[in-house]
Amino acid sequence: MASTKRRWRPKLSEKFIEVRNLDFCRGSRHIFKNLNLTIARGKITAIMGTSGTGKTTLLQLITRQLVPDRGQVFIDGVDIGKLNLRELYKLRRRFGVLFQNGALLTDMSVFENVAFPLREHTRLTNRLIRHVVLTKLHAVGLRGAADMMPGQLSGGMERRVALARAMVMDPDILIYDEPFVGLDPISMGVIVRLVKRMNKALGITSILVSHDVKEIMEVADCSYLISNGKVAASGSPEDMRQQLSETVRQFMHGMADGPVPFHFDAPDYEEQLLGRDEK
Amino acid sequence: MLREIYQALLEFVRTFGALQLFFLRLLRHSPFVFVKRFRLVVFQVYNTGVLSIVLIVVCGGFIGAVLGLQVYSNLKRFNAEDTVGLFTAFALAKEIGPVLTALLFAGRAGTALASEIGLMKATDQLSAMEMMAVNPIPRVVVPRFLGGIIAVPILTAIFTTMGILGAHLVAVELLGVDVGAFWQQMQQTLEPSDIYEGIFKSVVFGIVASLLAVWEGYNALPTAAGVSRATTRTVVVTAISVLILDFMITASLL
Repeated sequence: MASTKRRWRPKLSEKFIEVRNLDFCRGSRHIFKNLNLTIARGKITAIMGTSGTGKTTLLQLITRQLVPDRGQVFIDGVDIGKLNLRELYKLRRRFGVLFQNGALLTDMSVFENVAFPLREHTRLTNRLIRHVVLTKLHAVGLRGAADMMPGQLSGGMERRVALARAMVMDPDILIYDEPFVGLDPISMGVIVRLVKRMNKALGITSILVSHDVKEIMEVADCSYLISNGKVAASGSPEDMRQQLSETVRQFMHGMADGPVPFHFDAPDYEEQLLGRDEK
Repeated sequence: MLREIYQALLEFVRTFGALQLFFLRLLRHSPFVFVKRFRLVVFQVYNTGVLSIVLIVVCGGFIGAVLGLQVYSNLKRFNAEDTVGLFTAFALAKEIGPVLTALLFAGRAGTALASEIGLMKATDQLSAMEMMAVNPIPRVVVPRFLGGIIAVPILTAIFTTMGILGAHLVAVELLGVDVGAFWQQMQQTLEPSDIYEGIFKSVVFGIVASLLAVWEGYNALPTAAGVSRATTRTVVVTAISVLILDFMITASLL
């Protein structure tokens, strides 16, 4: 019953973010070829793929930190390629982004880091800012670390502070770039629950970029597997498990052999060891 | 060979053009930052200027002392040791003060600015700001740029003052030059235009040194090697630019 209810069926009105026919090259390397995907409103969508497939690049394209070579990205029906800087910044206020390494501002305390978006964009009184910031820090369990500097925090704590900062403006869209890397099991559990709760309680649309299959299966409503610059598979976690395609099976079960090569392009191993490739 | 020279020339022109555009971008944001984010500017004046004072005071004092010594030993041959004050003040106010302050500033504060901005870039802090809809140019770059511009002329004044005091110490206190002659010669011969030239130079060098520092940092490759390269380049490029500009300004004002 639950699985049919959670099954992902895109409807036109539900599309929050839509990526259409996207091409992107880095140097001579083609990262995306004709990529299409949609992210549903109020759902948790996971984007998976082996490292180097350009997951982070895709996030940067969605937020227009990078500009695609071809194709469009629509957010809430607006083509973000056509926005000017002022409109883009206005749109970005609706985003909360959790960076891979936290990206806390190192010259400010934890409290000021979380307060930073509020101070920049609102005219709340100091008292109110203090209130909001402490609430958010409490949610990630770091209210006690408010006066510490980012340099004094562990990697996992930094990530949690960054999460508090990403939530502080109550965004419509939360983007998590590899949120589970390097977290201890307790923090991991807390973060997973937090992601879920924020999505449920506040209806925040969430995009999760990760390759932690187990955690994704736990939280995501829908997931995309990206391979060779295209969407190799998509659907709910149950769909993905049942997919018969070799690529999906290889990824979901972590096998070295399959259509996705484990080795980066290289000359023949034996030839190279024997020194025959040197001229 | 010819092609390589052509490529290098093209690259230089391109970089120079980009630098000018960057400069215009900073200028465009400057009035707003100066008015609305004055606290950030003041903090950067402290960061780049106040924290450089010890270096400037010590270097200025010793440069003045050695200058006094050299000038004295040469002028003594012509029995003109009374003019030590005039010569040292002249050299310090017009040339040595502005140039050496700019070079010391590049070494002490310019490197700090470049590596700080470069590291902020390498650790995604600038991207994070952009994603929080905060433009890093007015928030991070412009306050540092303005802070440097304000700090350098003040540091130059301190440097020159310390230099003259250093020369006074050596010439008057140690070598026995008449104290009245030391100051009187200086006051009588040194024109306000000489001082203005020094001030003008210090302002220009302040702009150049701060601009190059933030430019190198902002355009650093976001890696450890990239940031270290940016830091080195800040000192090298500032030194070359300041010395070339010094010659050009002096030549055009003569």
